[in-house]
Amino acid sequence: MKILVGYKRVVDYNVRIQVKSDGTGVVTDGVKLSANPFDDIALEEALRLREKGIAEEVVVVGIGPADLTAHLRNGLAMGANRAIHVTTTDAVQPLTAARAFLKLVEKEQPGLVLLGKQAIDDDANQTGQMLAALWDRPQATFASKVEIADGKATVTREVDAGLETIEVELPAVVTSDLRLNEPRFIKLPDIMKAKSKPIDVVELASLGVDSGDHLKTTHYAAPAKRSKGVMVKDAAELVAALKQKGLL
Amino acid sequence: MSKILVIAEHLDGKLNSSTARAVSAAVAVKPDAVDVLVLADNVATLAAEAAKIDGVSRVLTVERAENAHPLAAVLAPQIAKAAADYSHVFAPSTTFGKDVTPRVAALLGVAQVSDVMSVESAHTFKRPIYAGNAIVTVEAEPSHTVVATVRTASWPAASAGANSAPVEALALDVTLPSHTRYVGLQSGKSDRPDLQSASKVVSGGRGVGSKENFDIIFKLADKLGAAVGASRAAVDAGYVPSDLQVGQTGKIIAPELYMAIGISGAIQHLTGIKDAGTIVAINKDGEAPIFEIADFGLVGDLFKIIPELEQALG
Repeated sequence: MKILVGYKRVVDYNVRIQVKSDGTGVVTDGVKLSANPFDDIALEEALRLREKGIAEEVVVVGIGPADLTAHLRNGLAMGANRAIHVTTTDAVQPLTAARAFLKLVEKEQPGLVLLGKQAIDDDANQTGQMLAALWDRPQATFASKVEIADGKATVTREVDAGLETIEVELPAVVTSDLRLNEPRFIKLPDIMKAKSKPIDVVELASLGVDSGDHLKTTHYAAPAKRSKGVMVKDAAELVAALKQKGLL
Repeated sequence: MSKILVIAEHLDGKLNSSTARAVSAAVAVKPDAVDVLVLADNVATLAAEAAKIDGVSRVLTVERAENAHPLAAVLAPQIAKAAADYSHVFAPSTTFGKDVTPRVAALLGVAQVSDVMSVESAHTFKRPIYAGNAIVTVEAEPSHTVVATVRTASWPAASAGANSAPVEALALDVTLPSHTRYVGLQSGKSDRPDLQSASKVVSGGRGVGSKENFDIIFKLADKLGAAVGASRAAVDAGYVPSDLQVGQTGKIIAPELYMAIGISGAIQHLTGIKDAGTIVAINKDGEAPIFEIADFGLVGDLFKIIPELEQALG
C-alpha cells in the first residue's frame, strides 16, 4: 500500500504573530516557518505503518511556491520515500487543496491519505473531510489510534464526548490528532540522504485545479485585549472578590 | 431572501446545547427562516426539543437506522440534499460539526467558513485564525450556499420553551455508503457539568503534578458546582483524559468563571479561554503568562491555596 501525506508549511507554532497595522494581513516576512505540527504527526504515523510492513511507500505532498522544496526535503529526511510539490504562488484554501489532492489520488492510487486535522495558520479543519467527500471515500478525523488489517482501518477518534471508534474500508482519508504519536527527530545523515530522494514538481494549474479564492478575506485585526487584572494576596481575598462580582 | 438550515447535534437521545448556539448565530443573519434538521434513528424527542428553541421556524426530521451514530460519510449526503432549498447551512463548531460540515461543503462544491464568531451580514463573517491571535473578516460568494460552522463559545444558546415550531418528516432519496461503520464510544462521562456549557470551570495543569493530585481539582470543582478542564500538558502527562483538554486543539469555552490552577498559560491554552467572563489564575510562578490575561491572580503553592479556598468558601 502507498500512503500520501499532506505536508503544509506554516508559521512556527512558537511564533507570536503580529497583525499588520493596516489590517491587510499578518507579518510573515522573516518569520520562522515549520511543518504544521499535525502534519508531522501524520507523517510519523505513515512511517510507522511502513515500518510495520503495512505500507511500502510514503509520499509527502506540499502545495505552495518554489521555495517549498526545502520544506519537502525535511519530510524526506524524516523518512518519506519521495515528494510531490504542487506549485502555485497563490494562497491555497482548503477546497482548492482538496481538489488538488483528488487529482494526485487518482494518479497515485494510494491505500491511505494521512493529513493533519487542521493547519495552525488558517485553523480551518476542512481539507481532509473535503477530500474524502470529493473522492467518495470514508473519512476518520481527529485520529488518536489507527489499526490497519484486512483492507480496513479501525480508528479511535478524539470527539467531545470521549473516544469514538469507527471502522472504515480502505482507501480512506485519516486526519491526525495530537495524541496519535510523537514525531521523530530528523538526524543529520538523513538530511544528506534526503538530498538524493526524488521530488516531482507539478503546476497546480496543470492539474486542472483553479486556485481562485472561494472566500475573500477583507480585513485582519488583532483580537480584543482583556483589561488588566488585579493580584490578590490570599484565598480569602480571592473568594471575597468573586463573591462581590456575584460569581460565587 | 435567506433561509438557514441548522444541523442539530445530539447524543444519547438528547439535544446538545451547541444546537441552540448555532441557532443564535443563524438568527443573527436576520433570515426569513431558520429550520433545524434532525438526523437520527429515533427523532421524536429530539424534534420536540428543537421545536421549543426560540427563533426556529420548522424542524425537519430524517429518521433512519443508519443515522443512529454521527458518521460524517452517512450524514453528509443527506444534509447536502436537504440543503438545496437553503441559502445557508450552519452547524456547531464542535467535533461533530467539524467532522461533517466540510464534507457537506465539498459535496455542494463550496468553501466553508469555519468557527463563525460574529455575523457582519448575510455573507460576511468574522472568524479567528492563528490560534485566535488574529481575527479575519471573510466574505463568502453570494451566488453560492454559505456553509459555516459556529464557534459555540461566541454565541449564547437561544432560549427554549416559548416556541413551538412545526415538525415535518423529510423524505430524502439518498443512497448511503456502507464503507464507514460505528464501533463504539468510550465516554469520559461524569456527573459533573458539561465542560462546554458549564458556567464555571476549574482547570488544572502540569503544576498539579500527578493523576492522584488531580483529585483536589475535582474536589474544588464539585464544591463550586463547576466543570473540570485541563491544559494540554496535564492531558499529555496522563493526569486526565483528553476530552477535558481546553485550548486550540481541545475545547474552546466561555464560562462565566474560569479558574486556571497550575497552568502557565501557553498561547494554545489561552485561545480556549479568551472569551471567559472572569479568569482566575493560581500559580506559584508570578511571571507565568496566564497572569497577563487573568482578572484575578494569586501567586502561591496550589496545594496550600486550594484548601484555604475551600475553607473560605465555607
